[in-house]
Amino acid sequence: MEALDFALGLFDILLVFLVLSLAWLVMSSEDLFRAIVLFVAFGLLMALVWVRLEAPDIALAEAAIGAGLTGALMMAALDRLSSVKPIQKVAASAQRKQLSLSSKVLPLIALVLIVLGLGYALLSLPEIADGLTPNVKENMAQSGVKNPVTAVLLNFRGYDTLLEMVVLLLALLSVWSLGGERKLSPRSTNPILGSLCRVLVPVLILVSCYLLWVGADAPGGAFQAGSVLGAAGVLLLLSGWHVEQKYLLWPLRFILILGSGVFIIMAAVLLLIQGGLLTYPVAQAGWMILLLESAATLSIGATLAALFLGGVPKSRVDQ
Amino acid sequence: MIDFFSMLFLLAGALFFLAGTVGLLRFPDLYTRLHALTKADNVGLGLMITGLALQAESLSVAGKLVLIWGLVLLAGASVAYLIARGALLRGVLPWKR
Amino acid sequence: MQMLYISLALFLLANLAVGMWRVLRGPGVADRMLAAQLFGTTAVAILLLLAEAAKSNALRDVALVFALLAAVTAVAFVKRAWSMPEARDID
Repeated sequence: MEALDFALGLFDILLVFLVLSLAWLVMSSEDLFRAIVLFVAFGLLMALVWVRLEAPDIALAEAAIGAGLTGALMMAALDRLSSVKPIQKVAASAQRKQLSLSSKVLPLIALVLIVLGLGYALLSLPEIADGLTPNVKENMAQSGVKNPVTAVLLNFRGYDTLLEMVVLLLALLSVWSLGGERKLSPRSTNPILGSLCRVLVPVLILVSCYLLWVGADAPGGAFQAGSVLGAAGVLLLLSGWHVEQKYLLWPLRFILILGSGVFIIMAAVLLLIQGGLLTYPVAQAGWMILLLESAATLSIGATLAALFLGGVPKSRVDQ
Repeated sequence: MIDFFSMLFLLAGALFFLAGTVGLLRFPDLYTRLHALTKADNVGLGLMITGLALQAESLSVAGKLVLIWGLVLLAGASVAYLIARGALLRGVLPWKR
Repeated sequence: MQMLYISLALFLLANLAVGMWRVLRGPGVADRMLAAQLFGTTAVAILLLLAEAAKSNALRDVALVFALLAAVTAVAFVKRAWSMPEARDID
């Protein structure tokens, strides 16, 4: 047993060392592509950290978003940046020359203060804290699901997830407001990419449904399922999948707001009937949460794929 | 008996991961590194998954392990092809002694 | 067996740490990407080992998601981020 603990300890120490050095390298890397690859590696290791902290729910989310989709999103951003890069470089080097002594010292002082504050907060924490675990455990029977994380995110603090949906929608709106219509890339003629898509996309959709369903009693849920669905969308976009023009305007926008919409309607109806925001009747809680999560999954998937496209989608047909 | 075989497969898999990493570090150009990488991807993970599947508590767990391997195989092979083709088209020359 | 799983996970993590050198060194973008692919597979193996050690099915789901999304990242790299001015969007 001792040897086992020792090996696990070594694993943890190496993991922490790697995560910290990667974080530093990501921030200090001047080559943007290198920074992206390092960030993907950072996401992989963060997922392992969550596994070691016995938080498989977050590990799953980190695997799907941090290590998976973020890499693709950042590569798309880099692709768009390539046209403005020269200007940015000139500005950066001009800025570096102008750095005066005070602009170096002030951030240092601020940093030291933050570190001191965080250190103080950390040291003043009670050594053993139950947090909200007993509260959650007590009320699990009324939540309609068996996974405590899902119970908290969709029932006890359902508004968290509601607001997260809105944040995601806002992110997409701000990307769209940057302007520039994005043409869908031409259909790929590459047979290998085509066959990869034909196998991977159905599997991705299936895994997304599985994660959504399993979320009720094991790690999984709308965000994980949604990002896997989004990955399917990204893969389709990359292989030049065409959406008909008529689906790009209202049907797309309908799916994008479906998650937040169903959430808000549900919250309003429950507010009128039950007298509380998102307080489900105990008997109906299970299917209501499933309904909310299904709508959220669709919206998250569509939003992430649209984010990857990086602009208001426009069909190639009428260019 | 099962433990022994499983141990054998796991150790062999780890060896292939080591070989893949060494290849990635030591090989002279993109194409040879790609070759080293796919060894770790396909054979290394394959052997590890065989070793783990022998220990699996149920058929569904073993099935999930094999599914993961199948996906990694498919993705690894396709991506290796895409990267090699992309490199050739972009004029990356193979290494010559 | 527990001991073997954990030591192998440690061994693979050490492998990954050494492979980091290729990401830092490059020289080309594709070389860095290859290293990231290897990290993905290594992480899948580490997760499966930890899953077996802890008898946890959820960790196998994490490994499954890793395996799926590593492929998507790689395709995004080939199609979007791999830019060389003279040859863009060839296939």
